[in-house]
Amino acid sequence: MAAGDANRSMEPMPILLKVLSGFSVALFSVALYMVWFYAPREVVMGEVQRVFYFHVAAGWVGALAFLVTAIAGAIYLLREESRWDLLALSSVEIGVVFILINIVSGSIWAKPIWGTWWTWDPRLITATIMELIYIAYLMLRQGIDDPRRRARFGAVYGIAGFISVPITFLSIRLLRTIHPLVFGGEGGSLAGSFNMEPPMFLTFMISLLAFTFVFVTLLWHRYRLQLRAEQLEQTKMKLLLE
Amino acid sequence: MVRAVTPDTFSFMVLGYAVILGTMAAYTISLMLRSRRINIELRMLEDAQARERESQTR
Repeated sequence: MAAGDANRSMEPMPILLKVLSGFSVALFSVALYMVWFYAPREVVMGEVQRVFYFHVAAGWVGALAFLVTAIAGAIYLLREESRWDLLALSSVEIGVVFILINIVSGSIWAKPIWGTWWTWDPRLITATIMELIYIAYLMLRQGIDDPRRRARFGAVYGIAGFISVPITFLSIRLLRTIHPLVFGGEGGSLAGSFNMEPPMFLTFMISLLAFTFVFVTLLWHRYRLQLRAEQLEQTKMKLLLE
Repeated sequence: MVRAVTPDTFSFMVLGYAVILGTMAAYTISLMLRSRRINIELRMLEDAQARERESQTR
């Protein structure tokens, strides 16, 4: 990490980040209001269908986070600038949190609709494997002491691990599944499928937008945290060598 | 005539949002706590460095 990066991390929070944080909280509140009070109740599933809006949005953020990791990893391999490795690491952590939300909220949605918390369905399996791949990324990184080796490993792993994202996305389109396909499919007969009315569609879009802003905000905060953590490590090393 | 009855799944909706919002809140708090801990440690180390420099100049 460049010393300048570390010094910058000690600066007060940028105004843009403060504005972005406030806007994300406001937009998230609007999305939550729309989910609970604006979107109509789905007739077949009842209230539990409202989980759909944030369940899908959380999955979207997870996929986006892992895409950022893969891109940051590729840029790191080209330029060898550690800030890209820190960005990749920050993004993985957020992705893991949101995919966990996606899996658990999906399970809660499934219980009254499918009659079970869990079933060995291709979508559920691929999403869980994807989650485990990125948990392993976080664990394996900790086992490598050399920062450059760790960053190179993280970059290659982040790029290779991203294969799990399109596999998860396509699993309900290519394989036999009971998971509903809301867009671009003929999943109307599957339990959990529903016709999206215009207010539902608007709520869904606002939820996706809100989660995207929340992701960018969290990523910025997490990246700043990682810069300070690096600075702390460097200061400790300096004191030990003195 | 058969009439469709909407099932009562309100408790599952509440559970779902409790998990979603709870996890997001927990992660945000963890970021704040980690940030606070790092700032405290950094400040302590920088103070120690400053004291050491001061004692060397004397």
